[in-house]
Amino acid sequence: MKGKKVYLADSIFRAVAFISTLLVVVSLIAIGFALYKQAAPAIHKFGFFNFVFSKEWNPALEEFGGFPAIYGTIVSTFISIVLSVPVAIGIAIFLTEISPNRLRAPIGTAIELLAAIPSIIYGMWGLFYFAPIVRDYVQPFLHSTVAKVPVVGEWFAGFSPGIGLFTASLVLAVMILPFTAAISRDSFNMVPSILKESAYALGATKWDVMKDVVIPYAKLGVIGGIILSLGRAMGETMAVTFVMGNNPVIPRSILEPATSITVTLANEFAEADTKIYLSSLFLLALILFIMSFIIIAVGKFVFLKKVERGR
Amino acid sequence: MDAFERRKLANRVVLFLSTMAALFGILWLIWILGTLLYKGMSSLSWEAIVGSPPSPSDETGGLRHAIIGQALIVSLAVVIGVPIGVLAGTFLSEYGKGSRIANIARDISDILMSVPSIVIGTFVYAIMVEPLGHFMGISGSVALAIMMLPIIVRTTDDMLNMVPRELREAGYALGATKSKVITSVVFKSAMTGIITGIILAVARIGGETAPLLFTSFNNNFLTYDITQPMASLTVTMYDYAMSPYDYWQKLAWAAAIILTAGVLSLNLLGRAFARWKFKK
Repeated sequence: MKGKKVYLADSIFRAVAFISTLLVVVSLIAIGFALYKQAAPAIHKFGFFNFVFSKEWNPALEEFGGFPAIYGTIVSTFISIVLSVPVAIGIAIFLTEISPNRLRAPIGTAIELLAAIPSIIYGMWGLFYFAPIVRDYVQPFLHSTVAKVPVVGEWFAGFSPGIGLFTASLVLAVMILPFTAAISRDSFNMVPSILKESAYALGATKWDVMKDVVIPYAKLGVIGGIILSLGRAMGETMAVTFVMGNNPVIPRSILEPATSITVTLANEFAEADTKIYLSSLFLLALILFIMSFIIIAVGKFVFLKKVERGR
Repeated sequence: MDAFERRKLANRVVLFLSTMAALFGILWLIWILGTLLYKGMSSLSWEAIVGSPPSPSDETGGLRHAIIGQALIVSLAVVIGVPIGVLAGTFLSEYGKGSRIANIARDISDILMSVPSIVIGTFVYAIMVEPLGHFMGISGSVALAIMMLPIIVRTTDDMLNMVPRELREAGYALGATKSKVITSVVFKSAMTGIITGIILAVARIGGETAPLLFTSFNNNFLTYDITQPMASLTVTMYDYAMSPYDYWQKLAWAAAIILTAGVLSLNLLGRAFARWKFKK
């Protein structure tokens, strides 16, 4: 009898552990399913592709199109990645190759702690300290320089109260900087030192070692890390909500207030008063979910898996 | 200029550029941190921490309701998320080693880790807030728990994998069943690692605002009732920072420094734990 009880306990433990695993798996599927179900009325009314490409977002007329939000998400993510990746890789090179050994651990930890600061802090800083500087200094500077260039100049013309697509992208860039730097540094650190030492023994300079040994070796890891940062920037809400302006249009210039999927959700979700309004917001959430799903799958399974297998 | 000199020059240029990049990046971060410290410290007072919720007209009041709400929401998230996460990680490492289903579950958990936090907020709104009719503190905990799950699954899985096989075999040799070996041998030797993972997971979700916006929402009064809308430090910060009142904005900065101090000290505690484990 006692033996039976012991085996019963064993199978109960196994079953409970299995159910927990199932819960984790089901969560992800349930997110996709629940969002789809809630978004169905909007998909039905506007059509998925019509919604994606329609520029009209007018709650009063119950006319909803996601293009301004999707456009804002893509443009702000793109600008922030373009601005932060070179700096992040510079920090990573500095930490692995240049800085004296004594400083590596403290600066490295400081960067990791900065990555742990809640993103809402970056947003508040952006609103109270960075936006006025964009309005008073950066904007006049851009107007008097880049805005005079034909064609490209259009993007930097226009006026903003300090908040807009450009400010949001910069705050986003600063926010993901520590994350991207830490992840690139980890990839650089994975290069076996024997490879680097062999190159140094042949008379290579630090830059020779970087470009011919470290970067080729760590390439996949760094690209995977950049893609993860991209996913993170795309889904970020609080750093951009304060400084984007929540203006559902396609701005002519990147200085003007705009919106993004996360900004629209944060501002309007709790106040949506009609069924179709809420459903359209769910559709935006579903689109963000699909976009980040694809990006993360590519980053994790195309690039980082190869890194793991290579080891 | 010969090839050697050209290489040396290229080397110097690149080293200079990356040092500049590092300085440039770190300057921004120092600016933000400095702002936070300066504004936070000058707004922080005993009244700001323990005072009852402020009213728009006068310049008194504090964040007691938000601090208590935050603590309640996060603790409940721990209560929901930790057992499920640890058990799921245990299943992956102890029962599912090498099996295809476990590998798929692992990948799904990794994807769940990177789902935008605001999407999780909308999901919990759809499954809890809408059917039950109003915002609730507990639904905020559920949203945070979902965010914690994959982090805990991952660290538990990794930590249990590091337990040497000989320990398990010694347990079996004494006649213990698998669940007995797991609970009294494997868990015991991996305990520090698991706790580190939990602490870091709490630090990660503790500063989240987006998943709480449409789940626990906000409340201008102190409440202990988890079926009612509940204030949290983060959502309160969001509302107060956007408000037109100077005093409320001041409170938002006080909340910012309290939150950051909490998150960073948890983070440092987790690191200290990890270092202690691996020195042993």
